[in-house]
Amino acid sequence: MSDRAVSVVRAGALTTVQDRGRPGHAHLGVPRSGALDAPAAALVNRLVGNRPDAAVLETTLTGCALRPRSDVTVAVGGAPCRVTVDGGPVAWGAPVRVPAGALLDIGPAVSGVRTYVALAGGVIVEPVLGSRSTDLLSGLGPAPLTDGTVLPLGPERVPHARVDVAPQPAPPAELVLRVTLGPRDDWFTQEALRVFASRTFLVSSASNRIGLRTEGPALERARDGELASEGMVLGAVQVPPAGRPVVFLADHPTTGGYPVIGVVRTGDLAAAAQAAPGTPVRFVAVRRR
Amino acid sequence: MSVRVLPVGDDALLVELASGAEAEALHAELLRRRAAGLLSAREIVPAARTVLLDGLTDPGRVASELAAADVPPAPPRADAAVEIPIRYDGPDLAEVAALWGVPEEEAARIHAAAEFRVAFCGFAPGFGYLTGLPPRYDVPRRATPRTAVPAGSVALAGPYTGVYPRASPGGWQLIGSTEAVLWDHTRVPAALLSPGTRVRFVPVGPAGRAGSAGSTGRMGTS
Repeated sequence: MSDRAVSVVRAGALTTVQDRGRPGHAHLGVPRSGALDAPAAALVNRLVGNRPDAAVLETTLTGCALRPRSDVTVAVGGAPCRVTVDGGPVAWGAPVRVPAGALLDIGPAVSGVRTYVALAGGVIVEPVLGSRSTDLLSGLGPAPLTDGTVLPLGPERVPHARVDVAPQPAPPAELVLRVTLGPRDDWFTQEALRVFASRTFLVSSASNRIGLRTEGPALERARDGELASEGMVLGAVQVPPAGRPVVFLADHPTTGGYPVIGVVRTGDLAAAAQAAPGTPVRFVAVRRR
Repeated sequence: MSVRVLPVGDDALLVELASGAEAEALHAELLRRRAAGLLSAREIVPAARTVLLDGLTDPGRVASELAAADVPPAPPRADAAVEIPIRYDGPDLAEVAALWGVPEEEAARIHAAAEFRVAFCGFAPGFGYLTGLPPRYDVPRRATPRTAVPAGSVALAGPYTGVYPRASPGGWQLIGSTEAVLWDHTRVPAALLSPGTRVRFVPVGPAGRAGSAGSTGRMGTS
């Protein structure tokens, strides 16, 4: 099984190894990291018969191309794209058998941002603090893929999941994020809270795995001064001095000093991960469960 | 102890306290409760004047328990202080000494005489915010942050001392350098410092500017 590996032929704009991340170390300054569209990563793992915590590849907008050294079952999901094996089209969102030495090409995202590629057996690079995820904030985990990188794969589990094709949500034309207000909503004017929960923002092209940045109306603070650094959660909507909300994604810093106006429901973050720059964003205030 | 409990999302709480010492005490108490099976939380994150509890199964119940909590001061730690070798050779040592109104040698002596504790971590894996200097030695951040601070730099800002685990941008006042490895993910534990750890800085060799702070203490991945 020593040749269970894939070579990266085209790494694309940004392709990283991701699993479910390394939660539980925030008190040491270690971000949780992990696949941004966690349901998509879980689905492609299921399609190839992997455990849910197997490491997959997360591409960004431009896809990637791989050449397996042995026959391997793969599944591609998340952002829809054209998938080919040696130039011939194959299924997206379904298990596909790729022969040893063939070229698997994951095309640019037709819509959405991040495509997930599961390889049967999972990518088994060396884990760091229990996770193989690349953390772009702190530099933990494997470096982003480059052309020529060779990724080892684990043994294939049999039998595979008996799923031929699985429905997946389309990337959002408009991103609607449910938000519970606080803990620092009292740092903002009533007008800012009204603007936040009613106006439309746009996804900024400066967004990344650390945060979904927005463009739009500035949120005005009700008080001056600095907030002492405090712990941050996934989905926190932090408002830097310029007033444009930033939604914290998987690689977010564990502490921060800008006030958090609200927190996005975890279930809405997969859609946030797939919202391309320019997508309209609305924040809808909801009651805490 | 006055405790203000703020809900954060659906399964987290931010507990706000009057001082850093109270936050340290509550953090120690929460760790004790979690170890005793009385609290189920994925993350317990202390910070300057708060403790964040994340991944709670019943935040409402925990919130009411915290509001009624009687928290003892943080118990003294039985384990020995971590000793960090230091050369007081930082480019901002003169400025810090001037702010303190003492010669550079005296500034180094004051810093090395203090006993520190890690109040909390953040900014980067293994970066601890150490308290222990008397309040009269608080210093402002630099007006213009440096784009590159070498790994192993020992620095001051506000009431805190910190050691940069790897090269990064930074706005703290650099007073010295160390060859201690603050973070090594192949080591157990990976972090030399965690919240509550006692720390002393131990001067090595004569003070000088010829240190090579950038060559050690780097992280295993980059």
